[in-house]
Amino acid sequence: MSVNDTQRVDLEVVANLIPSQSRVLDVGSGDGSLLELLQDTKQVDGRGLELSQRGVNECVARGLSVIQGDADKDLEFYPDKGFDFVVLSQTLQATRNPKLVLDELLRIGERAIVSFPNFGHWRVRLSLFVQGRMPVTKDLPYSWYDTPNIHFCTIRDFVNLCDELGATVEKATALDANGQKIGLSMPWWFWNFFGQQAVFLLRR
Amino acid sequence: MAVLRAGKTNNEADQPSSPVLRFGPDKPLKLDAGSVLSPFQIAYQTYGTLNDARSNAILVCHALTGDQHVANTNPVTGKPGWWEVLIGPGKIIDTNRFFIICSNVIGGCLGSTGPASTNPATGKPYGLDLPIITIPDMVRAQLMLVDHFGIEKLFCVLGGSMGGMQVLEWASSYPERVFSALPIATGARHSSQNIAFHEVGRQAVMADPEWHGGKYFDYGKRPEKGLAVARMAAHITYLSEAALHRKFGRNLQDRDALTFGFDADFQIESYLRHQGMTFVDRFDANSYLYMTRAMDYFDLAADHGGRLADAFAGTKTRFCLVSFTSDWLFPTEESRSIVHALNAAGASVSFVEIETDRGHDAFLLDEPELFAAINGFIGSAARARGLGA
Repeated sequence: MSVNDTQRVDLEVVANLIPSQSRVLDVGSGDGSLLELLQDTKQVDGRGLELSQRGVNECVARGLSVIQGDADKDLEFYPDKGFDFVVLSQTLQATRNPKLVLDELLRIGERAIVSFPNFGHWRVRLSLFVQGRMPVTKDLPYSWYDTPNIHFCTIRDFVNLCDELGATVEKATALDANGQKIGLSMPWWFWNFFGQQAVFLLRR
Repeated sequence: MAVLRAGKTNNEADQPSSPVLRFGPDKPLKLDAGSVLSPFQIAYQTYGTLNDARSNAILVCHALTGDQHVANTNPVTGKPGWWEVLIGPGKIIDTNRFFIICSNVIGGCLGSTGPASTNPATGKPYGLDLPIITIPDMVRAQLMLVDHFGIEKLFCVLGGSMGGMQVLEWASSYPERVFSALPIATGARHSSQNIAFHEVGRQAVMADPEWHGGKYFDYGKRPEKGLAVARMAAHITYLSEAALHRKFGRNLQDRDALTFGFDADFQIESYLRHQGMTFVDRFDANSYLYMTRAMDYFDLAADHGGRLADAFAGTKTRFCLVSFTSDWLFPTEESRSIVHALNAAGASVSFVEIETDRGHDAFLLDEPELFAAINGFIGSAARARGLGA
């Protein structure tokens, strides 16, 4: 997944939710940007799980503690409450079983931080409504036939899933097209319409 | 080469060319087999300087037929150390920065007590009178060596294959003595297939009429043919089909046509014969039996009630595991099951699988991705240990 400016903002939002010296598992750690950011600025004890072997090897070569693995299959090997925070950044939509993965995140971490592209954003809706085609946007740059993303959801869908799993939303942030946080006082429907990405802090 | 051939005895076994630490009757080595080894000795090499805090020591564990000469010219073969691509001044494992220790394992034949060593009770080589040695026994002896240097905590223990088993044993049995662990191309147990290959090798040695029930030194003989066959069979398992095909294919050796006989028509045949022949020049047949047995017996999970994660419960050691895609002796799944166990134990673990067609032996070769992983892991562990850049 290419890292563009909006996603970097997303990483910063995630990082700001994590206190210094926490134990963090980053699921879908990609090129290790978040882990490196957390290690350098927060002295966290960070571990990563990443699907692509190339990504893993690069991370390890950079001194990060990362293993190759699949969020859908390998989370079961981690102990209950083994980490202060488990982060799933821009990966939920690429998992085969998002509900199970989210459930595992809440089991492994005292807190879970999940960020995802909002499929309810107005551009997405407009694209589907006007063009009648699967949307391709800055945050969702793939064509429907060639995408790792198989389970899109909207902010509203995600909140419903959290309810179903008995997860408490401690904090939620929606980011607009410029990566700016949308005001906290806005109602859910507003976030669901104008948020391009969402970041949730959850616990159970 | 001359050492073993000359008098048909192994001078390196008793009087190695490397430093040797001797333990008298007051310091016996407890063995898993139930007895003790006493007196006994460990031959070793060191490189670099131990810092004042004694915090920069790296223990390198050798593989089945390796030895302590990891980064210096081997006195028996005259060849470079077996990991000189990795270890040396300014190299990935920098001897200007770290203090490297490599010992010949107990049961070996290059100066640590093994079947070729003189049994003080008889004045003759132990032969099969030496009790069976296990991986934990080897590590227990290494611990005594490490204690001798006054090293409280090793900065890193690393090794491949049988050396990787020792790394796992170190991390499991002495977690407080190991800051970081780097097991490469190894497993937490020897698989049934691996035991099978080892049995073929042992049977080849024991079927050689010159083996004489393990007492060949008494006859001034050595079971060279059997040991060479054992090595040939084992050597195939260290490579991969793809690498063999790339290197040899069905190419003929020094001829244009098949001879319709049993000469080494194919290059692969003469290659294996050469591997077998050079091996008997540097290795003791009984030692091969003991070393292969030690690997066969290794089963870290079984030592912990069948649950591998329990072998690492509460560990603070930082781990990095490495496997190779074409290694069929210790396939990636073996490493992955260790990684899962370490995850379950909440350990800090990295895991790199390197894409190569060079098979198990890739850990001894110049593999840039392997070096990058080791470099990244050691560097980050050194920062965490306060060893500076």
